[in-house]
Amino acid sequence: MQLAKVVGEVVATIKDSNLTGLKLLVLQPLAAGGEATGRTLVALDSVGAGVGENVFFVRGREAAFPFYPGEPPADATIIGIVDHWNTDAATREQA
Amino acid sequence: MQICRVVGTVVSTQKNRKLEGAKLLLVQPLTLDDTPRGTTLLAIDSVGAGVGEKVLVVIEGKAAGMALGRKAAAVDAAVIGIIDAVEVTA
Repeated sequence: MQLAKVVGEVVATIKDSNLTGLKLLVLQPLAAGGEATGRTLVALDSVGAGVGENVFFVRGREAAFPFYPGEPPADATIIGIVDHWNTDAATREQA
Repeated sequence: MQICRVVGTVVSTQKNRKLEGAKLLLVQPLTLDDTPRGTTLLAIDSVGAGVGEKVLVVIEGKAAGMALGRKAAAVDAAVIGIIDAVEVTA
């Protein structure tokens, strides 16, 4: 999983029928210090997240699991909204 | 599997039902000489690791689900060991 900030929404009228009714959000992955890292991506939402929130998401085959028994063709899904996270700058330096 | 350092913890109230009760750790992958490699990941903890410890992390869905002990859980990374020492002789 990875931390990310929701930075946008995607609207698609014509799409795979297994995606009907599912929300597509644009994510910017975050590093431990909260800074943006890597490329933005589009993920499905399984928890009711919205723009501006910090979330975490799962990649790969497991991205379809929250929608079981549905099988949406997804490779990334938001599985939690982050209340807060704690890191220690000294520990990050050490790492 | 990857050698990582635990650099933080994450708190989330609203999350996928299969993740209830799971501890979430921020882990930084390391090279063999302990320098950070790539970006920080979020992994579930199945061994009771804490911030600052060097750990063994699986980054694959099926293995992570097994570590969590729940089938078809939406997880793709798990801490599965706390590393005492790494010895590279070659």
